Amino acid sequence: MKDTHLIRVRVNGREHELAVESRRTLADMLRHDLGYTGTHLGCEHGICGACTVLVDGAPARACLMFGVQADGQDVATVEGLADGEDLSDLQQAFSDRHGLQCGFCTPGFLMLAEGYLAELQAGRGDGGEPSEQQIREVVAANLCRCTGYQGIVEAVLETARRRQAMEMP
Amino acid sequence: MTWVGAPVPRTQDRRMLLGRGKFTGDLARTGTLHAAFVRSPFAAAALGSIDTSAALALPGVAAAFTAADLGDPALLAVLERPEFVPTPLPLLAIGQVRHVGEPVAVVLAEDPYTAEDAIELVGVDWSPQPVVASLAAAVAPDAARVHQQAPGNCLVDLTMFDDERLDGVFAAAPAVVTATVGSGRLAALPMEGRACLAEWDERDQQVVMHVSTQVPHQVRSAVAQAFGVPEHRVRVIAPDVGGGFGLKCVAGREEVALAGIAMRLRRPVRWVEDRQENLTASFHGHEQRYQVRAAFGPDGRILGLAAEVDCDVGAYSAFPFTCAVEPLMAVTELPGIYKVPAYRARGRAIATHKAPTAPYRGVSRPQLVLVMERVMEKAARELGLDPLAVRRRNMISPGEFPYTSCNGITYDEGSYAESLDLAEKRVTESGWPGERDRLRAGGQLAGIGYSCFSERTAYGTPTMSQRRMRMTPGYDTASVRMDPSGEVIVTTGTCGHGQGHETTFAQIVADRLGVHPGQVRLRQGDTDLASYGWGTWGSRSIVIGGGAARRAADGVAAQLRQVAARLLEANAADIELAGGAARVRGDASASVPLGELARIVHFQAHRLPEGLRYGLEARETFDPPGTFSNACHAVLVAIDPGTGEIRLRRYLVVEDCGVVINPVIVDGQVRGGVTQGVAAALLEQVRYDPDGQPGSATLMDYLAPTAAEICPIEVVHLETPSAFSETGAKGMGEGGTIGAPAAVLSAVNDALRDARPGAEIDHIPVCPWDIHAALFAPEPLAERSAG
Repeated sequence: MKDTHLIRVRVNGREHELAVESRRTLADMLRHDLGYTGTHLGCEHGICGACTVLVDGAPARACLMFGVQADGQDVATVEGLADGEDLSDLQQAFSDRHGLQCGFCTPGFLMLAEGYLAELQAGRGDGGEPSEQQIREVVAANLCRCTGYQGIVEAVLETARRRQAMEMP
Repeated sequence: MTWVGAPVPRTQDRRMLLGRGKFTGDLARTGTLHAAFVRSPFAAAALGSIDTSAALALPGVAAAFTAADLGDPALLAVLERPEFVPTPLPLLAIGQVRHVGEPVAVVLAEDPYTAEDAIELVGVDWSPQPVVASLAAAVAPDAARVHQQAPGNCLVDLTMFDDERLDGVFAAAPAVVTATVGSGRLAALPMEGRACLAEWDERDQQVVMHVSTQVPHQVRSAVAQAFGVPEHRVRVIAPDVGGGFGLKCVAGREEVALAGIAMRLRRPVRWVEDRQENLTASFHGHEQRYQVRAAFGPDGRILGLAAEVDCDVGAYSAFPFTCAVEPLMAVTELPGIYKVPAYRARGRAIATHKAPTAPYRGVSRPQLVLVMERVMEKAARELGLDPLAVRRRNMISPGEFPYTSCNGITYDEGSYAESLDLAEKRVTESGWPGERDRLRAGGQLAGIGYSCFSERTAYGTPTMSQRRMRMTPGYDTASVRMDPSGEVIVTTGTCGHGQGHETTFAQIVADRLGVHPGQVRLRQGDTDLASYGWGTWGSRSIVIGGGAARRAADGVAAQLRQVAARLLEANAADIELAGGAARVRGDASASVPLGELARIVHFQAHRLPEGLRYGLEARETFDPPGTFSNACHAVLVAIDPGTGEIRLRRYLVVEDCGVVINPVIVDGQVRGGVTQGVAAALLEQVRYDPDGQPGSATLMDYLAPTAAEICPIEVVHLETPSAFSETGAKGMGEGGTIGAPAAVLSAVNDALRDARPGAEIDHIPVCPWDIHAALFAPEPLAERSAG
């Protein structure tokens, strides 16, 4: 007997209303019920972070949440980062710094970084410019098997500095 | 200016960054059935009856199959040598399971959750049997046999080289060093696991498979073999592939089974591997043990080398390359860059009740480089010489190329000595020794280590045929076609899965045709589009696939020059292709755009003589003997003596892959490769208990490195072009992984020796408890081998 719930969820600013089985993960719901296949599944047990999305602005493992838990929430996925066809500053930095190879883990890193950058912007960091080591600790939440992380760290660092500079009075 | 050598941005970045990549698991078809496999919980068991009735009764379940239901399909990989024991790989177990995770049945359901529910309801009559789960257990007297046809569990036993002078060399040698070096079992761990969507195409009477693979044609051959259908009835497409690292350069039994099921059910069927399956039931690699003796003269010159290599290859030979890949590579290439006058080597593939093995990145070379670098350092210590001086004394030096070694291999021009010189210079100038001293003064252990090596890449059939595989790989074919708008389409049998081939192939072709790389589109990973090819592995694609593409582009360029010569009333030999136009050399006014030439060839064919009409297209094959990249790695590590934690402080790679096609991509390959090699040295190990139960079935237990474990990696390039390559490029996909373990272990031992003279570790991974044992264990220091 399937235990199905009707939920409302906003994804990248767009409202969705759907019936979802209680045991269905948020990741499967996003990918297969709503078509946001940019969110990838790398381990389905919360370690690799490929499925990282923002739920009400905070990074979350979409494989460790049920879809029904997102009822009434705001979810941001990789598909919402660009401005139309224009890459965001963070996306462009990933390309400039060779922060991706196969691209499978990339959406998770982008969303993780967006969550971190938003925290910085909200002044929840120490206020200073983040160090390379701090960025390493942040992106250590996720796994990449191709790049050795150097381009990812550089891209996030560069974006953090650029966004901080833009905020300077 | 040429496009080759330029840091051209990668074409694929954009779709990946936008979340618009198309991986196999992203593809949707109406009416798809989802597969889940019933897998063995035992490492060895006889299979009795399998009852799928309860599973079939579950609402949403459409079908279930055992091996018998599918006609007992199996894959047979063969090495045509008397020393090789073939082990058919059943797609679903036939009467017997040989490792935990072996599939015994498959259930197809309307959704994957239901399929997973259903496999719990399949009843299997298991009769557990004795298990051999380590090299030691497998070769013990009276060990249980993994395969009845393989006494002693030996699937390959080859003495490839046996110099009869060697015993005399050892007897007379001033110094003999011995080493037992072990390396742990590894998982390739691509972030995307394996996946397949198979569907029947009624119109083409063909099963169409989307597979996360490095080798579409070999998957096609596997399906054809397993189900007895002609190859043209199977089309294999590799869409975006989320990494492979060798795991996906063999045919997976699950994906092949799905093709048969799609043919049977005439419905789309899909399987997406989960990480537990990936870690326990796909393929592993690199679990090896070397016992070596090396004779040295008083000046540090190596006089002879004898080695016994055992590889724990798991339960089966993978298709098509066989389980001989590791031992053959190990015994053939062990001498590496060092001039060994007399050599003997025996390599064995030993079967165990563990998951089978595939050619994971590096294939035996991380181990054999580790072995040779340990040998050089031990000899230096024994003789009171500087370890880098001993390396220099023995390595193939400038003026000695091409060098034919005791293993019969000819090494093309490299920069072995120059790369070490440059690395040592940069290490000194960048202040590593001072940093090491400061760390030591601060109470930490610290050490600097080097590794020197070459990496044979791009083996064509001239080399591969020596292994005597029934399916001998090596060549690849490209076609290049200019369309009526002057844009270029390249097809290749290689199959990039993250390396950026869309960009690098375009750079190679663009230079030959005088167009922008953005005008060149690569079509890869589709068996219906490309000529039979061998996919992407063995650092082969840019040399072999790119070489074929360059040759084919030259064919089209010749056609363009002839057409232009006719229109411009000039000699074809005087036409140059550049900047999107054909022009007469030295005459700025005589020029015609390539788009105009392409338009005329296609739409005004009647204006051209017969030989120039009907398209601009060429197809070429390249099949080289192989070429050697080389590098020197240097690393500075710090070790916490209390916790045994090892941290990288500095990492330098001086590498030479000949002509660099795209420096950004090369650097990325090096850094990613180093990270996997560091992981092999310090973190990762697939573990099994004596009953063959996996102890590393999740990423909580299998410790892939994060950004926090890796430091910035500096990459410096030397360029020694290869004469065996169309482009002058050498392959370089594996060198990072190959060189890192030896450099890291050298650094660890440098640190340990400073703290406790005589302390030394000869195995990987080096774990904190190994550090503790090396520092504090009572004398004598007992060295264990991994696994």
